[in-house]
This record gives sequence, structure tokens and C-alpha cells, in this order.
Amino acid sequence: MSVLLEAKGLKKRFGGNEAVSDVSFTVHEGECVVLAGDNGAGKSTVIKMISGVHTPTEGQVFFNGELLTGKTPEGVRSAGIETIYQDLSLADNLDPGLNLYLGREKMRRVLGIPVLDRAAMRRDAAEVMKSLGIEVPDPAAPVRDLSGGQRQAIAIARAIHWQAKLVIMDEPTAALGVPEQREVMALIGRLKAKGVGIILISHNLPDIFAAADRIIVLARGVVGGERRPSETNDEEIVRLMMGASV
Amino acid sequence: MTNQRKGASLAKSLLNIWSWLFLFLILAFFEIYAQIETGNTFVFRVYNLQSIAVAASQILLLALGLTLVIVAGHIDLSIGFTTGLAAVVMALVIRWIGPDSGWLAVILAMGVGIFAAVIVGLVNGWLVAHLNVPSFIGTLGTYGIARGAALIVAGGATVSIRSDAARAFGNGDILGFPVPVVVAVLLSLLFHYLLTHTKFGVHVYALGASRASVERAGVDVQKLLIALFVLSAVTAGVGGLIYTGRFSAGAANAGEPILLYAVAAVFIGGASLTGGQGTVMGTVIGATIIAVIQFGLVFSGLPPYWQFVAVGLVIIVAVLVDQSKDKLTGGRT
Repeated sequence: MSVLLEAKGLKKRFGGNEAVSDVSFTVHEGECVVLAGDNGAGKSTVIKMISGVHTPTEGQVFFNGELLTGKTPEGVRSAGIETIYQDLSLADNLDPGLNLYLGREKMRRVLGIPVLDRAAMRRDAAEVMKSLGIEVPDPAAPVRDLSGGQRQAIAIARAIHWQAKLVIMDEPTAALGVPEQREVMALIGRLKAKGVGIILISHNLPDIFAAADRIIVLARGVVGGERRPSETNDEEIVRLMMGASV
Repeated sequence: MTNQRKGASLAKSLLNIWSWLFLFLILAFFEIYAQIETGNTFVFRVYNLQSIAVAASQILLLALGLTLVIVAGHIDLSIGFTTGLAAVVMALVIRWIGPDSGWLAVILAMGVGIFAAVIVGLVNGWLVAHLNVPSFIGTLGTYGIARGAALIVAGGATVSIRSDAARAFGNGDILGFPVPVVVAVLLSLLFHYLLTHTKFGVHVYALGASRASVERAGVDVQKLLIALFVLSAVTAGVGGLIYTGRFSAGAANAGEPILLYAVAAVFIGGASLTGGQGTVMGTVIGATIIAVIQFGLVFSGLPPYWQFVAVGLVIIVAVLVDQSKDKLTGGRT
């Protein structure tokens, strides 16, 4: 599989505080890379330097061989990188279709007057969700009526529908119950099967081992270590998170 | 589905149409009262219906734009005096042109009146969108400023005018329907279209639910907020124009007594203080309920002050209904 994203020597300073000192890693097509680390290790800052929210003080990010650094968040999105935040950025009072198309709504004309094409958007949403193995009970119901796993699926469906090649997920299971955590893990598997690269932020060890093809441990703004799940164990990852030398 | 959940969803759908039921009940109440006390009908008299419709239109004109603002999770208190400012400005322009100013002058005066309202809306939008002032405080500020501005330009008095065209605009009818009612119906249809059938409407609902959802979808939230407050000011301004037409005078406090009713109409119509909920249809029913109460109490010969008590009670009931919806859905409404 070819390299999808390459981060080279990322550094970010906020005033006198260096949040990230030196972080480099790659993500391949269909690969799930977990960024693990304790609070304050610099995970979120690294993610924001990729998604265009922060500009790195030093270093660059390349996506499909092209320089990504310097683009706006919108530019990064249209290049094919979708970020799914912890709060999912869903509008709870709207149905899955409108959430899928939020900001890019489908319209049709009735007697020459443009109106929202709710039915088509609902159909599309049901279809994408189905491809993720999730049946929406009532496509017209607002998403607040759905389970945590189903809501997560809508956020992921949004990424797939708009043809994201890389999905960044920030603690996707943090607020979920056990069965729903499993649903999300299954969703990540299906995304990978579609050839989508994934960067997963987590400090939940079972999640890390369940989802990762590679684990990149951040500690105090640097890469503390890089392991494949098969060649490491919980203890070692925790030790790396705490900042022990490699 | 268990029986319990069936019961809950039945109760929920009853709560969703409670404003219709409520409207029906108070109409029935006044009808029965009228039949017993006077032997006459309350509901089936054109004069009564027309009076209710005109009163409801006045409330609606302040409440239509406000509905959008409240759905987006904000509030606009300034509309009370935006109405007054537009009314005074329109009257002043007509007076300045001359006593027997024709239609052209009236239309020009209306344009200037709306322009004054738009300025208030722009200031509100700028405060909320760019300076992140909470809308309750920001529009409370412009409530005072618009009030002062209207009183200052009017010289502290009511600006009376003599204009047949203006009087025809406020008191005439189109196909038998009073002009204020026609204007309110047309604007209601337009706002219903905006809120339920356009991208703009979707973004307003989404903004009320979660600002991050719209922002991350690439929508310019600042522009959206400014548009909302300008629309709110414009409908309130139209209310002022109609006031000046109806009474041949512009008064700074033209909208002040209606502000509370407008806010009440939106909440009776199903909107929620936290935003993300509410419909134009609901607001229309809310405004009609208040108008029926106002007219019905006068009709039944009670001192008119009882209407304040009655409307106050209805507001409290509306909030209680909203809260019990939350309970039935586990706080997820």
C-alpha cells in the first residue's frame, strides 16, 4: 500500500510553551495508525496541524505527495481529509440526511422554486449507512433519537460520502457504552476495507490494540516509540506514554 | 414497542399539537360564554374574526423574524422599539414631503422606515456575530438605543400625519381582507418557506442545536447571524409601517406593548429557549391564541387588564409543556 500522509518534523510553539517538539510519522492507504499518549502529550496539536487549524512552527505535512501545510481547514477537507471530532459535530435536531449534507444540501425545484430535497438526502444517508452495516430505523427522525454508535456512523458516513481518503478520529469511543464501542471498532474495520487511511487518537488501551495497525506513542511532544500491536503489550505502551526512554 | 413507550409517544404527539388544541379550547370557551350570556355567536361573526386577525397580524409581524432568531438559539428584544423607530421615521418622512403626499411618497417613507430598522438589525448582528455579545444583553442595549433614537427624532411626541395613501395602506382591504392581515399572511408564507425549504433554514436549525455543526460544515456563521437579526428587524419594521398607516401617526412606543406578546407567541408555538426548535406555523397559532384571548376578554366585558394576566398564564403553561416534552424524551428534545 502506498503512503497516504507523511508528517515530517512537526513542531508547534505557543508563546514560550512548546506543545509539540518533533513528530514524524506516515499513514498508508487502508491503514489505521493510532496516536496514543497521555493528556498533554501533544496529540490534539498534531491533529490540528494536519487538519489546518494550526500552522506548524516547523515541519511539513504531505498528502498524496503534495504539500498540505499552509492550507485552510476547508482546503484540507477538500483535499480529502475529514476530521471527526469527539462531539461529532452533528445537529441533533436534524435527520441523518440533512446531517450528511449539512452545508452542501441537495435542492430540487417545485414550480420553479428551489426547495430542499429531503427525500433524496434521506435515501443517500440510508444507503451510506447501510454500506457501513447500519440500518437506520426511521430515516426521518432527528439524530438525537439514534444510539451513540449510530450517531458515530453518521459522522463516518459523512466522511465516506464526501470521498475522504483519510479520516482523523478524536477519541471516538470516549462517551460510549461497551456495545457501542464495539460498533465503532467494526466501523473502523469497514473504513479500512474501503482503502481509507485512519488516524485514531486514543488513550484507551483495549481500543488501541483492537484498531491499530501501528501505534505511535507521543510523550511530551515527541514520538516516544512506534510499535505494531503484535510486537508489544499494554505495559510497554503505558511505559512509553509515561515518557520512559525507548 | 412497549405499551409504556406507546403511551409516551401518544402523549408526545398530543404535546406537539397542544397549541392547536389550546386554540380550539379557548375559542370554544368564548363561544359558549357568548351563547349563554348574550345569545350571540362569538366565532361566527365576521367582525370578531377580522378584529382577531388584525390583532394577531400585529403580533405576528414582530414574531416572525423573532421565530428564526429563537430557533437559532438567540433572542431579539430590540424589536419592540425597532417597530417604533420605523413607525416614527415613516411618519416624519411623510410629514416632511407634505400633507397630501401620494402613494409614491408613502412608498418612499416606508423604504426609509425599513432602512432605519435594518440599521438596528445590522448593529444587533454585528454585536452578536463579531463581538460575541450574548444576544439577550446586546439586543437589550439596542432596545434602549432604538427607543431613545425614536423618541429623539420624534421630539418626544407622537408624529401625526395626514395622508390618504398611508391611511389606505393601514386600513384598506385587498379582496375583503384587511391589508395588515394580507401582509402578515404573505410574510408568514415567506418565512415558512425560508425556515423549512431552504439551506438557510437548515443552517438556522443546526445553529440552534450546535454551533460547531454548522461551523465545521463550512457555513459562515457570522453572516448567518447578521442575516437573522436583519430579518427580525425588517419584520418588526413592517409592523411599524402598518401602525403608522392604521393610526395616521408614528409613535416611538408603537411596538412596546406587543414585544412580550411576540415572544410569548413564539414559545407557545413550540420554540424552546435553548434553540433548535420552533416553526413559523407554531408562531402563527401562538399569535392567534393571544389575539383570541385579548379580544375575547374585551368581548366578554372584563376589564382589559385581565388580558395581561391571561397571556402571562399562557406563557407559563407553554414553558411547562416544553419541559414535559423534555421529560418524556429523556431530556433529549
